[in-house]
Amino acid sequence: MSHKKILLNFERNGTSHTLESYLKRGGYQTIAEKIPALSPAEVLEEVKKSAIRGRGGAGFPAGIKWSFLPKDNDKPVYLICNGDEGEPGTFKDRVILEENPHMLIEGMILASYAIRAKHAYIYIRGEYGFALERVKAAVKEAYETGYLGKPLKGTDFVCEITVHKGAGAYVVGDETGLMNSIEGKKGQTRNKPPFPAIEGLYKCPTIINNVETLASVPWIIANGGDAYHKIGTEKSSGTKLLSVSGHVRKPGVYEVELGYSFMDFLNNEAGGIIDGKKLKAVIPGGSSTPVLKPEDIKDMTIDYESITAAGSSLGSGAVIVIAEGTCMVKLLEILTHFYQHESCGQCTPCREGTGWLHRIVRRIEEGNGKMEDLDLLTSITKHIAFHTICPLGDAACGPVDSFVKKFRKEFEEHIKQGGCPYSGKFVRFQEKV
Amino acid sequence: MDFTDAEKKEIAYLRTRYPEARSLTLPLMWMIQKREGFVSDEAVDLIAAELDIPKIWVEEVRSWYSMFTEKKEGKYVLEVCSNISCAMLGSQDVIDHICKTLKIKIGETTPDGMFTLKTVECLGSCGTGPMMQVGDRYYELLDEKKVDQILEDLRNGKEHEQKPQEWPEYK
Repeated sequence: MSHKKILLNFERNGTSHTLESYLKRGGYQTIAEKIPALSPAEVLEEVKKSAIRGRGGAGFPAGIKWSFLPKDNDKPVYLICNGDEGEPGTFKDRVILEENPHMLIEGMILASYAIRAKHAYIYIRGEYGFALERVKAAVKEAYETGYLGKPLKGTDFVCEITVHKGAGAYVVGDETGLMNSIEGKKGQTRNKPPFPAIEGLYKCPTIINNVETLASVPWIIANGGDAYHKIGTEKSSGTKLLSVSGHVRKPGVYEVELGYSFMDFLNNEAGGIIDGKKLKAVIPGGSSTPVLKPEDIKDMTIDYESITAAGSSLGSGAVIVIAEGTCMVKLLEILTHFYQHESCGQCTPCREGTGWLHRIVRRIEEGNGKMEDLDLLTSITKHIAFHTICPLGDAACGPVDSFVKKFRKEFEEHIKQGGCPYSGKFVRFQEKV
Repeated sequence: MDFTDAEKKEIAYLRTRYPEARSLTLPLMWMIQKREGFVSDEAVDLIAAELDIPKIWVEEVRSWYSMFTEKKEGKYVLEVCSNISCAMLGSQDVIDHICKTLKIKIGETTPDGMFTLKTVECLGSCGTGPMMQVGDRYYELLDEKKVDQILEDLRNGKEHEQKPQEWPEYK
């Protein structure tokens, strides 16, 4: 199947990030041609019509989110682009930041115009040094050309963008943690309500969208919301970037139309499993999404509804592929360590619970587990999930519950044998083609 | 300790980009860490004074974010990703090889002060694992041979040219 390319509609030749290259492929046409004829409300209406759902993980419709801004507001409005891509398995925004940054900037100008944002911030995780360089250079070019910092053609609207560098914290990917980080505080999350659209950055109305979401906006405005809605499925419109890693022959970032068969994607685009191995499991949407077995994904399509029906979530679109012979207990030990490390310490169930989960999984993996540990694990997750300010607690529980449920026998074998039946080894990739 | 003239110019510009001075905490901490290699107690005092905010506000930022360092480390800090996708592709082998080659354990610095080895959580390079970060540069698709070459290049001060990811194809 050939997929419509909206975000990766360029040749990866090393120059796609430049303004010159972006203009050659039709970039900034919405600013030159559409904006003078469209009111902010009309831009918002097109995004609503597109029904694009936020590509950061939660999948909330972007246009609806924008329309939550108060109508009678005299405070400044802010737009934030969430580029704190920290979910294990996820590296899809990195491609846009490094290789197509002007499309993101164009999307941010359109979004800022629609919501009348006084200032927009691009928050990029501190670890993405190269992405940061590329985005900063692109913002500079956009200022020099007058797309930023000067009134847009036919309007009195001036868009300002500042790039903000994070400093290493997964929880900052939550929108309220991210706002605290821009304000110069610890990136701990805030209670909701108030939601950011009402009281966000500097206590002002704020819209926060993922990189992929905002980078999709120029296409929506250029072609119309209805045209975007026609791509994909009724409830999951448009295209989606998938970052694929693990035991696949062709890892990487792919853009597919939502509704595409998962197995076709795995076998055709991602090239199937390495070294002629069989598929053992798939984590379909980043480390926080429940793991699935081959029988779960047989008829699954890549869209929000189908993956939810299969028992997991599309999440950030990070597909982690696991081949036969891989120790699932070791994988869960790695993931529980991650959530313990990244818990911000604010909520007791998460702070204490994630560490407890990790200690139990580690002792099972090391051969010192007890059979009652398995029920203890699922009992602990019941006291963490939905008992914390932000979704990190829930995120920590998704893998634990699903790994124990779907691979219980393997956990039991570890406990009975006092060690790993796979000798703790992973399938290592063989030679490159 | 003070900011350089160039840094002061940058700070003046940054003040125009945020409505509240406290927002400059992270940018100023990065500024100091880039110059000094770490953020000392003296640097915390300097940032607090510059922004006219309590020291504890600066201190809590320094200690909370994993990328800020309080003490001087090796000239090159090797941060190897140990999360799920890199682990499935052999990051432990990379870590073991570095330990063996440099004769240090995770968290230690070589006696000549050249290298510190750390393991880190996911750095968003899952399709090109195993990987490690050195400063603001990514080294991807690592194996033992590649690690040896990187260590030699770093010893010789050879700059790593960062390029967009090139995803591999396996058998």
